[in-house]
Amino acid sequence: MHELSITENILKIALRYAEQANAKRITRLNLVVGELSGIVGESVQFYWEMIAKDTIAAGAELCFERVPASLRCLSCEHVFPMDGKSHACPECGESRVVAAGGDDFRLESIEIDQ
Amino acid sequence: MTTRVSVVEDIMSANDRLAADVRAQLAASKVFALNVMASPGAGKTSLITRMVEALRDELRIGAVDGDIATTIDADRVAALGVPAVQINTGGACHLDAAMLQSALPKLPLDNLDLLIIENVGNLICPATFDLGAHRSVLIASVPEGDDKPYKYPVMYRGVDALVLNKTDVLGAFDFDVDYFRKGVEPLNPGLAFFPLSCKTGKGLEEWLNWLRREVREYVSGSPG
Repeated sequence: MHELSITENILKIALRYAEQANAKRITRLNLVVGELSGIVGESVQFYWEMIAKDTIAAGAELCFERVPASLRCLSCEHVFPMDGKSHACPECGESRVVAAGGDDFRLESIEIDQ
Repeated sequence: MTTRVSVVEDIMSANDRLAADVRAQLAASKVFALNVMASPGAGKTSLITRMVEALRDELRIGAVDGDIATTIDADRVAALGVPAVQINTGGACHLDAAMLQSALPKLPLDNLDLLIIENVGNLICPATFDLGAHRSVLIASVPEGDDKPYKYPVMYRGVDALVLNKTDVLGAFDFDVDYFRKGVEPLNPGLAFFPLSCKTGKGLEEWLNWLRREVREYVSGSPG
């Protein structure tokens, strides 16, 4: 449900940058979405078509670069994906690990026709 | 001609700016705000009731309750004699900074020290939205199971304290506290942890002392 307000944010940011660049049309948005950001790309896509339709971003393609949630072992530095069961290092068994990626949620770039 | 325009902007930036406004507004009245998050039934209202009962003689407390519909929770807190405002999110699964901002004028901020914000019961989205509170606490509870940090890592990432409620029923559930904490540690190293029971009151004092200290440090450190 909360992806509606988030999708509105994405549109606002994209339109602001498009205007600065004197764009006639936005054709593509490149988004980076980390697995720990709590955002569901499919929901954003669903709302996107609804809210972008009367703007210069109508029909623009949303491209999601997904960043997996990962952990880093504090003992051997091994970086491994979070599997939802254990947070121990699969290489050395160490349980002192820290989150090492997946928080991202940003609009990286837009592609426009001028 | 198609051109690529670099943006690199955090999508939560609009909410984050509003959250900063809320924080500034609270600072102007020297109000410390605590965002309370948990899944439905973990004991948000029970813990808030306990906090109000224990602290109302030493701190001036107000409450904001976020709920999809109904005023049941706000009524429970208001019955304790503190100003309580209900925010009905109209189906939305979380509070955001704009909703909190719209509730602030309904509260006597200049006569408050502590504002307790009860977020919508949900283990997923409240974590994504900064409200402008000064500290946030996540309440987990024994019947939910010890695997929640593994299944809902996002919730455990950004909070400042973790309460494990309903410890009075630990014996009846296969809840491994060590496994639970091992799941939390990588997500939020050194997170303040308070196992307690709202029902029996056991462990409550440690949590209250943490909160007292946070409020005191905020009040003595805030400008103006």
